[in-house]
Amino acid sequence: MAEATTAPAKRKLKWVGKRAPRPDGVDKVTGRAKFGADLFMSGQLVGKVLRSTLPHARIKSIDISKALALPGVKAIVTRDDFQDMASEFVPAGEMMINYKDVVRNIMAREKVLYEGHPVAAVAATNAAVARQALKLIKVEYEVLPHVIDVDEAMKPGAPLLHEDMITQGVEPAPTKPSNVAKRVQFAVGDIEAGFKKADVIVEREYHTQPVHQGYIEPHACIASVSEDGQADLWVTTQGHYVVRAHCARLLGWDISKLRVTASEIGGGFGGKTVVYLEPVALALAKKAQRPVKMVMTREEVFRASGPAPGAWVKVKIGATKDGRITAAEATMAYQAGAFQGSPVQMGCMCAFAPYDLENVKTVGFDVVTNRPKVAAYRAPGAPISEYAVECALDELADQLKIDPLDLRLKNAAKEGTRAVYGPKFGPIGMVETLEAAKNHAHYTAKLGPNQGRGVASGFWFNIGGETCASINVNEDGTVSLIIGTPDIGGSRASHAQMTAESLGIDLSKVRTIIADTSMLGYTFLTGGSRATFAGGMAANQAAGDVIKQLCSRAAKIWEIPEDAVAYEDGFVKPAGANAGKFPALSIADIAKKAGKTGGPIVGHAQINAQGAGPSLGTHIVDVEVDKETGRVSVLRYTVIQDAGKAVHPSYVEGQFQGGAVQGIGWALSEEYIYGADGRMQNAGFLDYRMPVASDVPMIDTVIVEVPNPRHPYGVRGIGETPIVPPMAAIANAIGHALGTRLYELPMSPPKVLKAIGQNEAKGQGRGH
Amino acid sequence: MARVVLVGNLKQFTGGIAEFDLEAATVRQLFQRLAERYPALGPHLEEGIAVAIDGAIHQDAWLEPIGAASEVHLLPQIGGG
Repeated sequence: MAEATTAPAKRKLKWVGKRAPRPDGVDKVTGRAKFGADLFMSGQLVGKVLRSTLPHARIKSIDISKALALPGVKAIVTRDDFQDMASEFVPAGEMMINYKDVVRNIMAREKVLYEGHPVAAVAATNAAVARQALKLIKVEYEVLPHVIDVDEAMKPGAPLLHEDMITQGVEPAPTKPSNVAKRVQFAVGDIEAGFKKADVIVEREYHTQPVHQGYIEPHACIASVSEDGQADLWVTTQGHYVVRAHCARLLGWDISKLRVTASEIGGGFGGKTVVYLEPVALALAKKAQRPVKMVMTREEVFRASGPAPGAWVKVKIGATKDGRITAAEATMAYQAGAFQGSPVQMGCMCAFAPYDLENVKTVGFDVVTNRPKVAAYRAPGAPISEYAVECALDELADQLKIDPLDLRLKNAAKEGTRAVYGPKFGPIGMVETLEAAKNHAHYTAKLGPNQGRGVASGFWFNIGGETCASINVNEDGTVSLIIGTPDIGGSRASHAQMTAESLGIDLSKVRTIIADTSMLGYTFLTGGSRATFAGGMAANQAAGDVIKQLCSRAAKIWEIPEDAVAYEDGFVKPAGANAGKFPALSIADIAKKAGKTGGPIVGHAQINAQGAGPSLGTHIVDVEVDKETGRVSVLRYTVIQDAGKAVHPSYVEGQFQGGAVQGIGWALSEEYIYGADGRMQNAGFLDYRMPVASDVPMIDTVIVEVPNPRHPYGVRGIGETPIVPPMAAIANAIGHALGTRLYELPMSPPKVLKAIGQNEAKGQGRGH
Repeated sequence: MARVVLVGNLKQFTGGIAEFDLEAATVRQLFQRLAERYPALGPHLEEGIAVAIDGAIHQDAWLEPIGAASEVHLLPQIGGG
């Protein structure tokens, strides 16, 4: 009996790899698509949050009496409405979270720990009343000293955010609390011996600023709780099953009581893997016995939802004259924000991952500061550490007078290389992306005055995880694919393509639906570049289940053994001459008679997808520096990355381009600016400068395909890696344009001007 | 017997020993035997650990088989954005 493929497809593919029309396209361009704030319920209230204007203070009292008395106010919640949670770490998207911290982040308890920290929330008949009520809530604070920057937070005597925080990972354990939550270390070989063998050593320090994921759609949800405790939540999220789990846990509800539906999502990039408004909206809805809608303003998104961390990184790399790296070391401290859990561990593991190195050591510190708690942002942790490493490598190439791509090729990780975090790599595409970069016309194109070219590579692991898929074969033979991962980057299209391929039917016969949490078993979120990888694997297995049932039905109709039928290109046929002569039956033929042969045909798969393959990429960028203003213009940009197999090349290219553009912002203009009062001064898109279309050139892309042998179609994840190389590639390009290096992101005009001034002063000094 | 390697901070719970041989047919057996041998390590195997078997990383996969001559790395669980 034929079955769906379980190894990379060797046959000619009909749908996988095609640029099919996107199923969500029409709804999105016509405005029909419903995002987080687009659902309206009868009798709905407006929920608003009272947020701390102080970066650090003890809450002495909260008086809601006047606000509650305001006509139109239907419910108010504070810390008293959420049970305290014991310390318990659970996986949540990018990293482990602690419910003790989550319950404090959604609503401050003993202290406010950052400007924007929720203190109370109101549900009222309209927004004006809700805002008025917020003003009537009286909070008495004891103001405490605050600390914003990671360097300051690590100093002895720094204001403590958590008086009981003892640094983990240090032996013997410290006796005094500090803001350092954790120290992590990864080491391979003998670092000292490695540096002794080096002819050249580059040692540099780098600083990066927190950057927001910048999703265009703010956090939004609408919650409804009936009198008997059955609840519904409509929310913009990357993982509605994860939202359900967190909300049920935080509110002490049975999971079955809560149904969560994922709306269309206007960007997430990791930032919509955690809960902020959702448990608050549910608590308000329960209290008010009316639906409550909550939508963050852009200012709230900046002040209260997680950015990627800012960091300090020190890198030391040694190499022989011919460019072989003998030792590499990086020490890094990442801002976690108000609660522990920065992605510094991933930063340490990824820092040197693209390379085949014998002697490596990385040390990381997870540091709390009076800022919003960080959240995942594409390849969490990796862009920061790899930025520093890729910049140092570029300087090493300069000093050795070796082409920077050749230096990388000489040290590139390949199949069988032991990763710096332990295991040996399977097939990976580092060498292939470097070679594609060297052969690309961009790499040898002529540069003009004040222009420079930079390259950098990047790595991300990718993940699988728990995933369900169901395929309902409809009465006419068309199929509905039910999947549980919200579609952020085109997964509905790619899942449909893989399903059509596995079933051997026309793509137009497949429609993908994102299930709510009551329709399908637990499915982990869309993140970690897992949706197309794991969803495709589950859909392929569900298709195998469908095929098995189709063959069984045909065998029953023909009254022959099941192993005497075969499935091919959407038809069941007798398997060979001895099986008898019967006309082939299409899915539609069998589906039409399904009621007479045993009932509906539904294929299902529930898996914990394993075998995700890392994705590596290399970027080339040309910049021009305006020496009068310090403005850096990106002239040309090429992204080259291993996709394993691009199921829908246009979406893959879109992910590559999006990562590059976000990276351009991270490199050149995006940063959180805090005043001495601990308040963010640029909480809006006017002052927090993300790139817009006119800031960037058309981003060229090259899809490299080194198939992942563990996936039926060879898929790797591709959404994370594109954000890793841009910062270093741009920094290296600026370095070559100026003839001097900058070591701090963003490389905004004032910093570039300062570097130009210092360089010119140095030149004049030499001239005298 | 499989060669087991602890990556990152885990060796703090084994008295500094990062590599050893252990007989285990599955990830669950591996965790059980590790917890028996190093009780301080046990709680840290409950959540947040990935297991690389002969290079392939597995997460939350108790039933994944481990070969007699496999190389097994225990490393922090990997997420993503």
